[in-house]
Amino acid sequence: MTKQKLRNLKESAIRTFFFMNGVLVIFILLGIFVLLLSSAVPAFREIKLKEFLTGTSWEPTSLVKVEYGILAMIVSTVLVTLVAVIIAFPIGLGVAAYLSDVAHWRVREIVKPIVEILAGIPSVVVGFLGIVLFGPALAKLFGRTNGLNALNGGILLAIMALPTIVSISEDSLNAVPSVYSEASLALGGSRWQTLVRVKIPAALSGIIAAFMLGMGRAIGETMTVLMVTGNARSFPHGLLDSVRTMTSNIAIELGEVPYYTTHYYALFAIGLVLFIMTFGVNLIADVVLSKYQERER
Amino acid sequence: MLYEKYRKLIAWAQLGLALVFTPILIAQGRKMMQVKGSDTLINLVQILAEEYMTKNPKSPIAVLGGGSGTGISALINGTTDIADHSREISSKELNQMWERGVKPRTFALAVDGLSIIVNEKNPLTKLTMDQVGAIYRGDVKNWRALGGPAQPISLYGRQSNSGTYAFLQETALKNKNYSSDVKEMNGNAQIIEGVLADEAAIGYVGVGYVLDKATGKPMKGLKVLLIAKDDKAEAYAPTDKDAVDTGKYPISRALYQSTNGKPNADITAFLQFELGPEGQKIVEREGFYPIGVKYVQENAKNLK
Repeated sequence: MTKQKLRNLKESAIRTFFFMNGVLVIFILLGIFVLLLSSAVPAFREIKLKEFLTGTSWEPTSLVKVEYGILAMIVSTVLVTLVAVIIAFPIGLGVAAYLSDVAHWRVREIVKPIVEILAGIPSVVVGFLGIVLFGPALAKLFGRTNGLNALNGGILLAIMALPTIVSISEDSLNAVPSVYSEASLALGGSRWQTLVRVKIPAALSGIIAAFMLGMGRAIGETMTVLMVTGNARSFPHGLLDSVRTMTSNIAIELGEVPYYTTHYYALFAIGLVLFIMTFGVNLIADVVLSKYQERER
Repeated sequence: MLYEKYRKLIAWAQLGLALVFTPILIAQGRKMMQVKGSDTLINLVQILAEEYMTKNPKSPIAVLGGGSGTGISALINGTTDIADHSREISSKELNQMWERGVKPRTFALAVDGLSIIVNEKNPLTKLTMDQVGAIYRGDVKNWRALGGPAQPISLYGRQSNSGTYAFLQETALKNKNYSSDVKEMNGNAQIIEGVLADEAAIGYVGVGYVLDKATGKPMKGLKVLLIAKDDKAEAYAPTDKDAVDTGKYPISRALYQSTNGKPNADITAFLQFELGPEGQKIVEREGFYPIGVKYVQENAKNLK
């Protein structure tokens, strides 16, 4: 009898422990959000929200006229991310399709871990690659004197987003029930037709989720873009312009800013805008993914 | 199925974090002397610290960069023992120090001729201070306007936490804003990388960075411009010791270190080494200039 009680107690203690672990994650997220919000809001005592979001001039330390406009940075961030996604998505989907449908299982066993290792390469190393390899190559290709521009950043981010896109797309392609492709092949469809008309549409929501998660990775990446985009504050007019993304700006300025000043709060406000952007992207990815899992059940 | 994958990733991340943080925690337990700030000074101070540590292995010193503003902020916040800075402490910073009870003592460590550099393919050899200002304000956008090739000027500079950034803004830009087209690099070395690779580039770095240590001459691929005070004055090179010492080179400056109040015995010993003949020899070897008599006297007074 007492043994039974002891066991029950142990059971509930373990349950509580894991419950607390689960709750902890939520609290950490909430804590970060509250901190971000409380540090960002004071910025708007001195800056008008509209000027902040639509101004193109960021001059927080100017001795002439102090301005806090982040539109150029938002556009730069979106520009670099779009380049990354446009490059990474077709390649990522291609690799995923190859791994799930074409490759011999032995090849897959080798290639898949390699793609996953790619995710573990430190961003500084990727950035270095951009400085010594892609930068000079792009400069030569486009006849510019330097390769520190949005395109360079986008290419590197594409490399960094690839593992996420490949991995999740491949999982969702593999998760398509084999009866689907068997049926298609039995009806006389070729493997290409089976892949493009049956498997990819069936796995579409997983693929879209992969795409969104890859994009979320690209928006938030800091070190790589900081190293290769040149960080000029001017409004970008093209892919070959030097740009400064929101993440780079925070990384550059947070180290030196005097605490508890408008400039300091404004950097947190940029962080908040960034948080809202990535949160939106991840949320959409999550909704799509859960829809897809529901349907599979 | 997704979790399987991420569990591996998370495990690696944890291992990574442990590897990064353990040495930091150990280091903090050992009461290391912290030196932080100017990126212009970081290489020099690192070498000084290394030489000092080979003689005094019992007093470990950690040297970090981040820019002059970062170093001074760290001194105000009490997170560093010595702040390196390549500009004077601003009145705003002095006010913050006053509020927090920080009483800075400043020592001149070396003299620097701020060097304006271009790629060796650039035919120009000299500029006036006004021209440097116009280039960095973005008023002059093409090399042709200065007698060079028809190429848009590609500006390289430092970030606003840099003492060098502030120094040039004050002296050449007359406190106006830098052009928003300046590519802001993380330190002197990165600017040099940029200028070496970019024919249309212009950049500014401490003189200690332009010399090739092996030959004592400016680095290959780089051209150090002569700078004149105005149209009428003669132009001088930052590598000309005499011109820097006498102030004929218009953008020469002292590089400083500051402590909070009278430094303790350990810090004093290190400062004495740096400011003494041994340290000053290293300063010269690294391409900067030793401090003159005036600074030597001031330093001695501040050490008491």
